[in-house]
Parts: sequence; structure tokens; C-alpha cells
Amino acid sequence: MSAPGRTFGEYGGRYVPETLIPALDELELGWREALADPAFRDELEALGRDYGGRPTPLTLAERFAPGKRVYLKREDLLHTGAHKLNNALGQAVLARRLGKRRIVAETGAGQHGVASATVCARFGFDCVVYMGSEDMRRQAPNVERMGLLGAEVRPVEFGTKTLKEATSEAIRDWITNVETTHYLIGSCVGPAPYPKIVGELQAVIGREAREQILASEGRLPEVAVACVGGGSNAIGLFAGFLDDSSVRLVGVEAAGAASLGTGRAGVLHGSRSSLLADEDGQVLDAHSISAGLDYPGVGPEHAFLRDTGRAEYVGAGDEEALAAFRRLAETEGIIPALEASHALAKALEFDEELILVCLSGRGDKDLAEVLSR
Amino acid sequence: MKKIAIYLMCGPGTPELAEAAVEGGADIIELGFPFSDPLADGPVIRRAGERALAEGMRTAPCLECLAATRRNLEAPLIPMTYASLLEAYGYERFAADAADAGATSLIVADLPVDAEPGLRRVQLVAPTSTDDRIALAAQRTDGWLYLVTVTGTTGAREGISSALGGLIERTRRLTELPLYAGFGISTPEQAAAAAEVADGVVVGSRAVEIATDGPAALRDYVSSLREAVDSVSAVSS
Repeated sequence: MSAPGRTFGEYGGRYVPETLIPALDELELGWREALADPAFRDELEALGRDYGGRPTPLTLAERFAPGKRVYLKREDLLHTGAHKLNNALGQAVLARRLGKRRIVAETGAGQHGVASATVCARFGFDCVVYMGSEDMRRQAPNVERMGLLGAEVRPVEFGTKTLKEATSEAIRDWITNVETTHYLIGSCVGPAPYPKIVGELQAVIGREAREQILASEGRLPEVAVACVGGGSNAIGLFAGFLDDSSVRLVGVEAAGAASLGTGRAGVLHGSRSSLLADEDGQVLDAHSISAGLDYPGVGPEHAFLRDTGRAEYVGAGDEEALAAFRRLAETEGIIPALEASHALAKALEFDEELILVCLSGRGDKDLAEVLSR
Repeated sequence: MKKIAIYLMCGPGTPELAEAAVEGGADIIELGFPFSDPLADGPVIRRAGERALAEGMRTAPCLECLAATRRNLEAPLIPMTYASLLEAYGYERFAADAADAGATSLIVADLPVDAEPGLRRVQLVAPTSTDDRIALAAQRTDGWLYLVTVTGTTGAREGISSALGGLIERTRRLTELPLYAGFGISTPEQAAAAAEVADGVVVGSRAVEIATDGPAALRDYVSSLREAVDSVSAVSS
């Protein structure tokens, strides 16, 4: 079976209403033209450096993992506090090239919403962010931040009132306003070409990390590990090492949202991937302490990497993540996002010595959740 | 004569509702197989889908509902659903079992014309569709083309979309197939206006709303649509 648009083996594709297909074609063409345009790359690099703070450092966490060499790729130090900005900046430049000045986005914990609101302020775009009303309650500070940045946050009252419904609602807004609006999707999910676009914009993480660890250690890491919700920071980290067969690539899902570990092939939000669904194809609710991993789907490239065996995926529970969160704070003076804490938890368990962890975001947003436990 | 298609969500009362709609003058019944994340649907059908899923209307019960509806009706019955259900059930198996249960065709809201070409179904075209895609949809569709009158999701709107006229005109140049207009048609006036240019109308959200008041209310509503649409047919024929 090879339907047009299947991008990653059996996974990917464009499972969306016909209304969106021409916009996806336009996006794909615009993206290809942008990639071929040195001015686009130059602008993106300058924005990343002068506005975002790239390259982000690589930090050796000696007290966190005694007896090992665990390096943290510090996406928490990127402007707005998470890797999400890499993608938001790139898509904002792309939207401007496409002549779109209205942006819609979805957000769960609020990190992608904040990154979207940030780039819209920087580019002078209108910004509407869809957010589940339950997440708005849990992540009130990020709602305030988006408001300060000039974005309109629209509550989504359907279903679980979390990221899954917010994503559906953002796509419905896009269907309705497709002529004027760019959908700034936050992870490597959605219909083609989004997973590729987001993956390539996040690949800067892996590119930098590879150079940095070679400079520090003179060799490649034995393991590269990252947390996986939709999977964009992991796909960005993995991108730097896909061709290095000696490097184990490990994605860590929340145990209660293990789309790859316990999911089945299905269709959600425009692409075919592995997801939490019942035997009838109805999508199930995910459960995680970390709102950013609380999503029943995952990027199609991860499903492909799992099936081919190039990457492996494991689960970490809420308690393991909380323990790693506290341990990094106490041993290194770094408060990690709960999402990245899942990757940190597994990093301590590997037999290998030289380990690269993507520290995808900072944990300020999670203080209330952690302290309430 | 212009056609009227009425959309109903699968549920215990659906066979009786479908009969009432046909009595009121519906020519085609679309049967919604609910999906947890229906991207093409506005609030009314979304809520109806949530209720149906809460009542256990998964694929097998929906097929039973289809068979039960078929028992007393000869009108075309067309399941309308999303790709996720077919992925889980198997595309070929779904098509075969739906046909066995009495389905005349199939509509999959998030399966564009270039995906799963082997699955015979009614294709949708939208105001944003290019001529190439409309031509492909016409070539692959099952009997008629479903014209999405708006860039948007299902649900009632004020007036009738200004995009419809242009879409019909473009599509007529490419095919002689019947063109039925849907999305955003809820009142008899809107149905009449759409029927002026299209060969039929599809009414979903408003029918689903009225269906909650029972078969008699639905029959009266469809009658009012029939009358409005026929007044146009009488003038144009």
C-alpha cells in the first residue's frame, strides 16, 4: 500500500478534508522553495542566534550521573524556555513567504502556545491559540504569558478538554480560514508535509549536539535519548545521528501515553501513525503528569523508526519522572521540564557510559504540579 | 427532480428516523458512524457523535443500525465516517460488510480522492479544490459528487455560501455527474437557493438537531425542505 503522501513507510499521509489539500500542496511547495533559498536559511540561522540564543550549550551532568558521562543538550536555555521556538521561528518565516499573516496553533502545557505567541509578536502576525479548558486551568501562567504577548487564547470545551481536542479545533479553524491563515503545528505530527517540516526545523538540535559532543569527547555518544509526546525534540535530536549506526537512539514516552509502546496503527489529526486507540479505531485518552506528553498520537516518523528498529522506545512513569526532576535540580542546579524528566529518568538506567540527553525545556511551568505532590 | 439527502447519526432510534425522513421527502439517507475526533464536523454533529459513542455506537453496532434501517427502506443509504474506523476494520472488509448490511455507497470525510483509490465512495470537492482534483474526483466518485459549499466544517450558517455558484460552474465544465451541495444548508430557503444551482442538497446538522425531537418533527422538517426544493425544480424544469 503506497498512497500518495505516505512519507515514512506505511506512516504519514494526508488524512484531512479535501478543503485543506490545496493548502498542504502550497505549503509543501513553499517549503521546498524556502529550503532551496539561501536567504531563508540565513534568516533562520540569524533569528536562531540573535533572537533565540543558539547554539544552546551542552552541559556535562557529573553530579547527576556519577561514574558516567551524561551530557545535556540545553534546549531549556533557548528563548521561551523550550525547543518549541526552533519550529515556531521557522514556520513564521515560512508563513511570511506564503503571504499568511494570521496564525493558529494548538497547545497543551502552553509551551508551543507561548512560542507561537512570541514569534507572532516578533513578526506582527495575528495569533489564535487553541487550548483545552482543563489545560488552561492547570497551566494558568502560560495563558497569562500568551495574553501578554498579544495572542488570543480560545478555550476548547470538548471531550477531554486537553491537547487532543485543542489540536482538532485548531485544524477546524484552519479549514475555515485556510485562505488567510497558516496553521503552526507544534510537533512532528499532522498531515504531510508538517512532520517533515517540523522535523527539519528541529534537526538543529541534533546537528549542534553532534558537533559539540565530538568537540568535548572526541567521539559520538553511545546513546542519544529524548522524551516523546508528539516527538519533535526527539526527532530533532535523532536527526543528528540517524546515519551513525553505532549510536543507540532511545525515545522515552510517558507510561500512560505510550503511543509507540502500546499503541496500534491508526489515523489521528491528519496522519497515519501509531496511536492509543481501541479496536474500532476510536482514539483513547492519554494520561501523564506531564501535559506535553499527554497526547494519544505520535509523529509518523517515530512509528517508522520503531518498525525499522533504528530507534527504540521505552516508557517512564510519573514517579520516575518526578524523581529525576528533583535529582537534576538538587545535583546540577537545573530545573527541567517534566517532559524532559522522563528522558533523564531513563538516562540513569543505561549500561552505556557516554549518553546524550535532550533537555527539551525548563521546568518553571511545572513547579505547581511538582510541589503539589 | 432535485434530490434531498438527510444525515442522521447512528443510534437506536435511527431506523425509525430514517423512515420518517423518507416519508417527508428525503431521497438519500447518510448514516453517521461516529468517530472520536471528527475534523470536518462542527459542534452539532460533534456532540451527536460524542453521545452516540457514549451509547456504544462502535463500528459493529453501526453496521447493525444500517441493516435495521435497510429492512424498511429502499432509499439509498450511505454510511459517512472517518478513515480511522476503516483503518481499524480494514478498508475492503468495511466496504464489503457495509454493502452486505445494505449500504449503497460510502463517504469518508478525511480520505481525499488520491488516498485509497481502491475504495469506491462518494468523493467530496471543496471551493479550494483545483480543477485537476475536481476532475479526478469526478472520475473516481460513486454516482455523484458531494460539493462542500463552504471552506469550513459542518453546521448551520446564515445565508448560502457565495462560493457555491463558482464551484458548481467549475465542476459542471468538468463532469456531467449530479452535484449535491452540502455543509451549511439548514433552512428551506437555503435548500431552495442551493437547489437552484445544484442537483441536490445535503442537510446534516439541522436534521440531527431536529431528530432529537422525534420522527414526526423530522418528517415535518424534511417536508418543508422538499416543498422549498420542489418549488425550484418546478420553475427550472
